[in-house]
Amino acid sequence: MKLIGIAVVALIAGSLLLPAPAPQEKKEVSLTNVSYDPTRELYKEITEKFSRAYQAKTGQAIVVNNSHGGSGAQARSVLGGLKADLVTLALASDIEILEARGFIKAGWQDRFPGNSSPYTSAIVFLVRKGNPKGFKAWSDLARPDASVITPNPKTSGGARWNFMAAWGSVTQNGGTEAQAIDFLRKLFERVPVLDTGARGSTTTFVQKKIGDVLISWENEALLALKEEGGDQVEIVYPDSTILAEPPVAVVDRVVDQRGTRAAAEEFVRFLYTDEAQEVIAKWGYRPRNAEILARHQNALPPFKKLFTIKEVAGSWTEAQKKYFSSGGIFDQIYQPR
Amino acid sequence: MNSRDEAPAWVRYLFLFGALVFVALLLLLPALNVLAQAFVKGAGPYFSSIADKDTLQAIFLTTGVAILAVAVNTVFGVAASWAITKYEFWGKSLLVTLIDLPFSVSPVVSGLIYVLTFGIETRLGSWLDNHGIQILYAAPGILLATTFVTFPFVAREVMPVMEAVGIDQEEAALTLGASGWQTFWQITLPDIKWGVLYGVILCGSRAMGEYGAVSVVSGHITGKTDTLSLRVEKLYQEYQTQAAFTVASLLLFLAFLTLGVKAAVEWRLRRQLAEATRKAEPA
Amino acid sequence: MRRRNIPGFKTTMGATLAWLGLLVLIPLARLVTTSSGLSGSEFWKAVWSPQAVAAYELTFGAALLAAVANGAIGLLIAWVLVRYQFPGKNVVNSLIDIPFALPTAVAGLTYGSLYAPKGWIGRFLTPLGIEAVHNRLAVVIVLTFVSLPFVVRALQPVLEDLGTESEEAAHSLGATRWQTFRHVLFPSILPALLTGIALAFARAVGEYGSVVFVSGNIPMKTQIAPVVIMGHLEAFEFDQASAIALALLVASFAINGGINFLSRWSRRHEQ
Repeated sequence: MKLIGIAVVALIAGSLLLPAPAPQEKKEVSLTNVSYDPTRELYKEITEKFSRAYQAKTGQAIVVNNSHGGSGAQARSVLGGLKADLVTLALASDIEILEARGFIKAGWQDRFPGNSSPYTSAIVFLVRKGNPKGFKAWSDLARPDASVITPNPKTSGGARWNFMAAWGSVTQNGGTEAQAIDFLRKLFERVPVLDTGARGSTTTFVQKKIGDVLISWENEALLALKEEGGDQVEIVYPDSTILAEPPVAVVDRVVDQRGTRAAAEEFVRFLYTDEAQEVIAKWGYRPRNAEILARHQNALPPFKKLFTIKEVAGSWTEAQKKYFSSGGIFDQIYQPR
Repeated sequence: MNSRDEAPAWVRYLFLFGALVFVALLLLLPALNVLAQAFVKGAGPYFSSIADKDTLQAIFLTTGVAILAVAVNTVFGVAASWAITKYEFWGKSLLVTLIDLPFSVSPVVSGLIYVLTFGIETRLGSWLDNHGIQILYAAPGILLATTFVTFPFVAREVMPVMEAVGIDQEEAALTLGASGWQTFWQITLPDIKWGVLYGVILCGSRAMGEYGAVSVVSGHITGKTDTLSLRVEKLYQEYQTQAAFTVASLLLFLAFLTLGVKAAVEWRLRRQLAEATRKAEPA
Repeated sequence: MRRRNIPGFKTTMGATLAWLGLLVLIPLARLVTTSSGLSGSEFWKAVWSPQAVAAYELTFGAALLAAVANGAIGLLIAWVLVRYQFPGKNVVNSLIDIPFALPTAVAGLTYGSLYAPKGWIGRFLTPLGIEAVHNRLAVVIVLTFVSLPFVVRALQPVLEDLGTESEEAAHSLGATRWQTFRHVLFPSILPALLTGIALAFARAVGEYGSVVFVSGNIPMKTQIAPVVIMGHLEAFEFDQASAIALALLVASFAINGGINFLSRWSRRHEQ
């Protein structure tokens, strides 16, 4: 019995020594921001700037750790115990899951301006330089010679925006639901790789050079352009696309447990400040602040036609159920014929 | 080149060439590729990639977890080997099979079971959460998953050695008045040391490199719950290919170190087992 | 004859059972309890959905191909290592263990890079029209890497013990080299070869990290079974994830049981 006792004590002692998020840290407050896949560079910079601003304002040292992954996968992790003080996810329904399970109080979306979305984006195409296959419209993606890259809607928020944008390109332009299903089936037949997150798809298209066209967040496409250079890829804005509003929320359950509510709310408020909105524009997201957006018109031009999730599907909750749940439309598209 | 083969020289050279080509293609080239990609920007960026604070944190986390996992599996592995080799009891082969069970479990499943056990939707999970103890998405969860996947390594290496050495020496010591613990520390342990060391090396190496199981339980919080393998993946996804290969090269060096130490210990271990077998054979 | 006259049985058995129970058995049991939340037909639907079946085909099919390929490659390498002398032989012998020591994520990363269209190896394959990333071929290649040592290490001791007397005898009786190999050598090493292939197969079936880097993960085409489980996990479908995990576990268990039987048969065969 001595042997077990020693080992158990050693195990517990050892695991407590390891850097695990500790509830009471007097020297430095820490927040965990659980975010979706593409926002890595964005939040790296924003959290650094926030730390400085917060310390200047309150004298308290603060560090914000970021976690990134497919939006759905991240939401699942928070439900499973990932200690998120903040969630900055890709779509409202991933945050609504947390609300449904009591992690976030009702009415979260009204707590911050713009439906709690400090930035918006849209879905665009990224193609090889010179657009050799001439992708202009959504319907081009169903051509037999097209190889399309998009992530897996089961795990990625961006993938679900892509899906709804493709769907809306049919139904918002006079097409029927049957036509939309047909279009999406053809589209997914042309997808050789399904990554778990939007960044994975970008990596596949840009670095691994798989596929002819990437359906992507505008900010991801702009980042790829920046990283790879304009001589490798270029952006194509389709005729119509969906307005993507990735929301943010404070996770009530966690901040109350950790005593970090004030700091977390401060972080979200920071996202709306001019300083942060400039960083947002820098990384290719569309800031809520109209002035700052106007200043970045070159990189972030106005859209030809924009529709919202409300117009296409009513709400994300409905869309999640109809299209992305087990046995929903996406699953049906993959059934063998 | 000489050999025990009667085949004509050209056949021998063909076989040798073929074997070496496969070794180069399958084993050497991938390793060289890691180094080439890691140093593609030169030595400066290589070292600053290692000095990156999130990478250093990953090194610290991975090493800490590996040490603890090895410690647990060594202590209990030796205990299990003792129980199995020195006594007769019903269900012994079942016990051995159960100890080997983690080998049959795919890494993703190895992580999944801990999510199912400690997730806050379970009673245990929510109890722990209410008391401020975090298992999943933090170091303890990573430790558990890592300990699981490396569970059998030490026991498997120690058992044959304990078996081969037999119990005569221990029995002799006991009749001379030594206590159980004294016997263990002074007789058994020196006898099995090569087996233990070998198991420790295998266990540690696997623990440092585990990916699938840890990926499920980690939470992927940069600078906090990323192990080295997860850091490699993350850097790659963040357009930092050279940095990804740099971290990969650290793991590669560790692999080569492991191979070297392993080769040295293996030789001694095999010699010990061969001697023990020879002693056991009738003259 | 061993009796319990050595102290420590209770302590060591207690420790062993605690370690085993807490770390292995209870968590694994959760698979059963979680998937038991499904009705019989739901369970079957999860475990035998078209997507899961396609994944099993790839997982087991690619593993088998890789194991058999390693049977041939491993035999060649083991033969050369045992029968031939050449400079650097010890180094080559140590290199064989690289897949044991190299983390799977690193293997996946470097193989993905090597076989990409512009990679060191990929650049030779592209003009031939061969794609070796994001398809089943990529999976087989990386599984061949991962399971290579098993065949080599299974064959080496047997080849070493074999000696050359039977060959020399056959030779003196007028057999050609091929006949000698086919009728004298091969039957002797077959049990070990099969054991090695079976071990390689078991290892390849369980592989995850390196495959996800190179396979593409397209449902119905290049998804391995663990990725299907991950998909359910990330969609919060725990019971379905558990069901497939359980099925996979049972299959692995059966495979390992078969391997144990095989290696016991081969050891008996040697004597």
